[in-house]
Amino acid sequence: MELKAELKYTKSHEWIAKDGDVATIGLTDYAQSELGDLVFVNLPEEGDEVTVGEAFGDVESVKAASDVYSPVTGTVSAVNEELLDAPESINEAPYDAWFIKVTDISEEEELLSAEEYEKFVEESEE
Amino acid sequence: MLLFEKSREGRGCAILPECDVPVVLPQEKDARKQPLHMPALSEPELSRHYTELAHKTRGVNDGFYPLGSCTMKYNPRVNEQIAALEGFNQIHPLQPQGTVQGCMEVMALAEKYLCEITGMDHMTLQPAAGAHGELTGLLLMKAYHTSKGNTHKTKILVPDSAHGTNPASAAMAGYTVVSIPSGDDGCVDIEKLKEAAGDDIAGLMLTNPNTVGLFDKNIREITQIVHDCGGLCYYDGANLNAVMGIVRPGDMGFDIVHLNLHKTFSTPHGGGGPGAGPVGCKEELAQFLPSVLVEKDGDDLHFTKPEHSIGEMKSFYGNFLVVVKALTYILTLGREGIPQASSNAVLNANYMMNQLKDLYTMAYDDICMHEFVMSLADLKKDTGISAMDIAKGLLDNNIHPPTMYFPLIVEEALMVEPTETESRETLDEAVAVFRQLHAQAAADPEGLHHAPTKTPVTRLDEVGAARHPHLRYHFED
Repeated sequence: MELKAELKYTKSHEWIAKDGDVATIGLTDYAQSELGDLVFVNLPEEGDEVTVGEAFGDVESVKAASDVYSPVTGTVSAVNEELLDAPESINEAPYDAWFIKVTDISEEEELLSAEEYEKFVEESEE
Repeated sequence: MLLFEKSREGRGCAILPECDVPVVLPQEKDARKQPLHMPALSEPELSRHYTELAHKTRGVNDGFYPLGSCTMKYNPRVNEQIAALEGFNQIHPLQPQGTVQGCMEVMALAEKYLCEITGMDHMTLQPAAGAHGELTGLLLMKAYHTSKGNTHKTKILVPDSAHGTNPASAAMAGYTVVSIPSGDDGCVDIEKLKEAAGDDIAGLMLTNPNTVGLFDKNIREITQIVHDCGGLCYYDGANLNAVMGIVRPGDMGFDIVHLNLHKTFSTPHGGGGPGAGPVGCKEELAQFLPSVLVEKDGDDLHFTKPEHSIGEMKSFYGNFLVVVKALTYILTLGREGIPQASSNAVLNANYMMNQLKDLYTMAYDDICMHEFVMSLADLKKDTGISAMDIAKGLLDNNIHPPTMYFPLIVEEALMVEPTETESRETLDEAVAVFRQLHAQAAADPEGLHHAPTKTPVTRLDEVGAARHPHLRYHFED
């Protein structure tokens, strides 16, 4: 399982990168490997509101469809539309394949460090 | 090979009778700009084409078909014989009611017996299948709340083990879905349900037994919690085969029920279909049912439309011949046979589960209902053999795979539903195959990764098919 020390993580397997007041959100390497080959991505639109702990999009593999949850409350300022035509990029490079950028953040859930997330995954594997 | 690829100009066959009415051509403005592509084949070529396709398919008459949650029971031939009677299949939907009283009697009887089995007061036969029934049921729920001025009720509770169609139907009906987690026992987490239950809840969608094959022992408490906050309870009839004639959704506290006649009541699935998803409801909701309902007035039967009907869910009477087949099944089994079928379905599932649980990890080690779920997560960790690989291996042994990767709350899930119509010998053979595949997982994992090898098509590139689907045939011109 690949992790990046500079990122924060959620228990629902999203990563989040904060740059000033912009949060970039994607799916972790562990999530993509558990889901298997992704074949479809559903994303919100620019200007949509996202709410902490609620789904903002979903991904489909051959096995199943899964929601992707927002770790923050705010407004979607950018959407990575390239994912729509190339869902496989999430499997290939999960930390480059960002889903959305969020601004006007008013609320944020308790995030995990890379170390804490690794421990959380290991414990849930047992 | 497609019909178009087999086509040779000038060939043809006379399977249609000569036109015996005046020919009227469409107006110039409506005419096609280019001629229509039509395959040209002789009758033997056409006939062989479809026989060839039939050989590539697999049905319940080809062998064991334990596809969990789909209830792939045997479809008795007598159903087909009755549905083929002239009085049932040589009729027109707009024929005067006085000339189709027998068909209307079938609808009235089917409604009566299905209401008796489910504990409902009224039923529409119109919906074409399960998910269509779900939407119908939720629209009834919405009409009910609208009539009460309950516009603040915008949420539907759905357990996390539910069929994917439940949240989808709720969303289609304009509701927001609230997912209720399952407890460690696979049943609804009552505390979490209580937390979620509030004034904004329009209703709950649930199947019982649930999707892990367990009967939720708290069912009365669950429906009470929902009723206490002014919501209605919707029963997904997907798993009724475990309990028909034994316990009724109406008595569990449900207000609306859909049935899958193509599961529980032995009418064909898929290619032999179509299906039917009748929706039953309690008296208070009957005023909202779709038309048409059959009403009896002395000896005379006539169609009526409920006063505040949500409108038509399908043209005319739904898939009428499916209802004929289901009614035939009910009358064949009778009062004693219906519960016996369910008891045998439960017995068969428990027999298979107990023959396998020393090798395969069961998701819930408890007495199951009509189906059981195993988790192959350990096997995958130890051997690299996944639920998918075992499923493919079954195909090489003339067994249709169980449902895979569902419910989502069980990792590497295989969901096995043998149904009541399989003999002990069939179950024993299937158990032997499952055990042999488990041994092969350790001894020859590579071989299993390449299964199936004996089927008309071998391992498919499902990822490629989903990412780059070919959705239409491209003609050369």
